[in-house]
Amino acid sequence: MNLLETINLKKYFGETHAVDNVSLTIAEREFVSLVGPNGAGKTTLVNVVSALFRSDSGKILFKGDDITHTSVTERVKAGIARSFQIVNLFDDLTAFDNVTLAIFSRQGKTGNPATLAHLDHEVSAEADAVLAQFNLTSKRKEHARDLAQGERKLLDVALAYALKPKLLFLDEPTSGVSTRDKGQIMDTIASVVRGEGITAVIIEHDMDVVFKYSDRIVVMQQGAILAQGTPDAIRNNDQVAMILLGTSGPDAFTRKD
Amino acid sequence: MQNDASRTGPSMLLILACVIPILVVLVALPKFVDTYQIQLLTYGLIYAIAGLGFNLLLGYTGLLSFGHSAYFGLGAYSAAFMAKYFGVGSMEIYILGGLLITGLVSAAFGYICVRHTRIFFGILTLALSQVLWTLAYKFFWVTGGTDGLRVPFANLTLLGGLIDFKGRDTYQAFTQSYYYYVLFLFCICTVFMWVIVHSPFGKALQAIRDNETRAQFLGVRIRHYRWFAFLLSGSFTGLAGILWVPLNGLVTPDILYWPFSGEIVFMTVLGGFRTFTGPIVGAVVFNYLKVYAVASTAYWQLLLGVVLVVLVLALPTGIVGTLSRLFGKFRKR
Repeated sequence: MNLLETINLKKYFGETHAVDNVSLTIAEREFVSLVGPNGAGKTTLVNVVSALFRSDSGKILFKGDDITHTSVTERVKAGIARSFQIVNLFDDLTAFDNVTLAIFSRQGKTGNPATLAHLDHEVSAEADAVLAQFNLTSKRKEHARDLAQGERKLLDVALAYALKPKLLFLDEPTSGVSTRDKGQIMDTIASVVRGEGITAVIIEHDMDVVFKYSDRIVVMQQGAILAQGTPDAIRNNDQVAMILLGTSGPDAFTRKD
Repeated sequence: MQNDASRTGPSMLLILACVIPILVVLVALPKFVDTYQIQLLTYGLIYAIAGLGFNLLLGYTGLLSFGHSAYFGLGAYSAAFMAKYFGVGSMEIYILGGLLITGLVSAAFGYICVRHTRIFFGILTLALSQVLWTLAYKFFWVTGGTDGLRVPFANLTLLGGLIDFKGRDTYQAFTQSYYYYVLFLFCICTVFMWVIVHSPFGKALQAIRDNETRAQFLGVRIRHYRWFAFLLSGSFTGLAGILWVPLNGLVTPDILYWPFSGEIVFMTVLGGFRTFTGPIVGAVVFNYLKVYAVASTAYWQLLLGVVLVVLVLALPTGIVGTLSRLFGKFRKR
């Protein structure tokens, strides 16, 4: 069954057609990568689907319901969560408090001013479990701003994950981290996402990462979908290789020249 | 896992170790100092309640209000109206009635103000407080205008009539009883505010302060929460205004005017707005500072101005912020 469906979605910024007539379906439990050159509209598409931006026209269906005109919080409640390209955390709160906040919010407890947050042992235990899943246990008492870039990226994903979403958007979860950390971060994310059966849409530039983890790859260019298919199909698509690498040929994605 | 979890919360033992000696001193103080000093400290504690309320917005929600004189003044005028027009003398009725009125007005003003943030929020709060000031100033046949309204302590009763101050030479008795009354309410307010800022709601406010967009993407209804924080903040400050009236004996439009909003900001910044106890320390210290500055020079505003400049340049984290940083360094060694 389709979890998400966009129908002729459009988002223009003046003359720029950031998202141009995009019709995309994401099936339940799929791990989809969104790739394309800078300015292809990947992040804008995610911004429109997560309600950071309003679409100009078109429809967004989530679990069959039309959510085109719903707010950010309504979409979060429905089960759409996201991480951000530029890490977006609560810098003056500890890693632990960052995660507990997401859990409190999911449980509808953030409106409660009359109980002490740290005495909710159930939430604390869950937050610790989430931190452990993302290898952040040793950082639980550190302020988010004091974490290393790779840890901040993981915490950003952990926040979205702690909402127990049906659909998780990850906007360049490995950007700005070393090649060594990249593999580790992606392994962690993939194991958590696949382990919980979460549908994930990931924006990524590193094609090694994309080929390794995706069930399906969607290639965007100038706001539109250029091609989509399995990693093998995309690997052998000359048009895609030309756009992403500026070269083509049977081994374009593996050649190290 | 439970031990682990509790370690992220504030250490109760450490808190009690600090709070109990301070409480003992505060309770014993009237035995050792004169009436004037007790009166000054009572003012300090009242301002501390206002500071606690104000800081829920500034320190915890990231909203700088320049109009908190409105809620302090509303509390004060509500009590004064009850005294003058309804002959009410019961402090508890002042508190209930005053809180109802400040609560309603903060709810309405908050609804307007939290639609904006940063300077726009500050200007809106300032403008609304000036509206109340103008009303108090111009409707002199109701409010007494610049002459204000008197609330003599002799008509006051505490604890539902158990304590009154009829007869001669009761001023000292009033000062002492009222000090304990205010001290008790101050403790209640402090505990109440402490619970609020350490509750899931308090954490959500801090999240909104740190990163509004992300808070929204965790499903936090930002405007709704800001409004509730505004309501709580206004009500705390309103309570301070109610308590201030019998002690001061008189309420004039000055208490609604913008410089008093500035004083509330000053107190909080002086103590340190990123700490829980900052506004309390700041309010008590500011009160002494102002009283002694006024007593020692005609240019007391200049003196306070210099203090403010030095504060911002040298101690941007305020008294408590600086002390806790020094304490932290000392512990690391």
